[in-house]
Amino acid sequence: MARTLINLPRNPKRGEVIEIRTLIQHGMETGYRPGPNGVTQQRDIIRSFTCLFNNEEVFRAELHQAIAANPFLEFSMLVTESGILAFTWSGDNGFEQTETRALTVA
Amino acid sequence: MSSRFSSPCVISRRSLTGGLLAVALVWPVRAAEREGLQQVILGFTGGARPRPGRVTLDIPSLVENGNTVPVTIAVESPMSEADHVRGIALFNEKNPQPHVVTARFGPRSGRARLATRIRLATSQTLVAVAEMSDGTYWSDSAEVIVTLAACVEF
Repeated sequence: MARTLINLPRNPKRGEVIEIRTLIQHGMETGYRPGPNGVTQQRDIIRSFTCLFNNEEVFRAELHQAIAANPFLEFSMLVTESGILAFTWSGDNGFEQTETRALTVA
Repeated sequence: MSSRFSSPCVISRRSLTGGLLAVALVWPVRAAEREGLQQVILGFTGGARPRPGRVTLDIPSLVENGNTVPVTIAVESPMSEADHVRGIALFNEKNPQPHVVTARFGPRSGRARLATRIRLATSQTLVAVAEMSDGTYWSDSAEVIVTLAACVEF
């Protein structure tokens, strides 16, 4: 399991637009770099990220090689009710990881 | 990187013709790269030419380390059910691949804003394109000078 950082405001108000910051530990190997043996390393990147709130899509992103290692994404969400946020990263070599956070409206 | 013409003191006729040939060979490739960026943008917009405006591409104009460059893209929009930003895409001119990130939004997003960290192989132009719910496309571009390039060895 890769380490992740997810930053949410603790008790947002209803109708507030909050900023969500996510980061996952991943090398994002581009497939253009030679390895220690001089042979070009295979591409190994995270290709997509989704954020669902109560199973409804809030934000989705397709990532490419030009995204820096340990992909960081910051986006917004309109708070309507309390619920569960699910963050999913998926990519090359069958990489898939999902993290969930509870969001409680003040 | 710039050692192609490292000893210009003695220029033989052969090296001169070789150099001219190299320039002639490199030139159309560069033109093709620019064409490629336009093609990729038109691929995202489905053939529509994006209009400049409404999009703000925020990136440092002088970057010391091309391995992690903070970038923020924001689009002016009420983000209502009737009028919102459907997507934002960021493209580059001179990395090995033209795509950087393509993000999808909806009225639930509240605000059409995306921040991330990207890699830049060299000094170049970046273009951000936004797709609105009414089917229009808007764009903004930024020139970036990179001191230390990402993935120096291609």
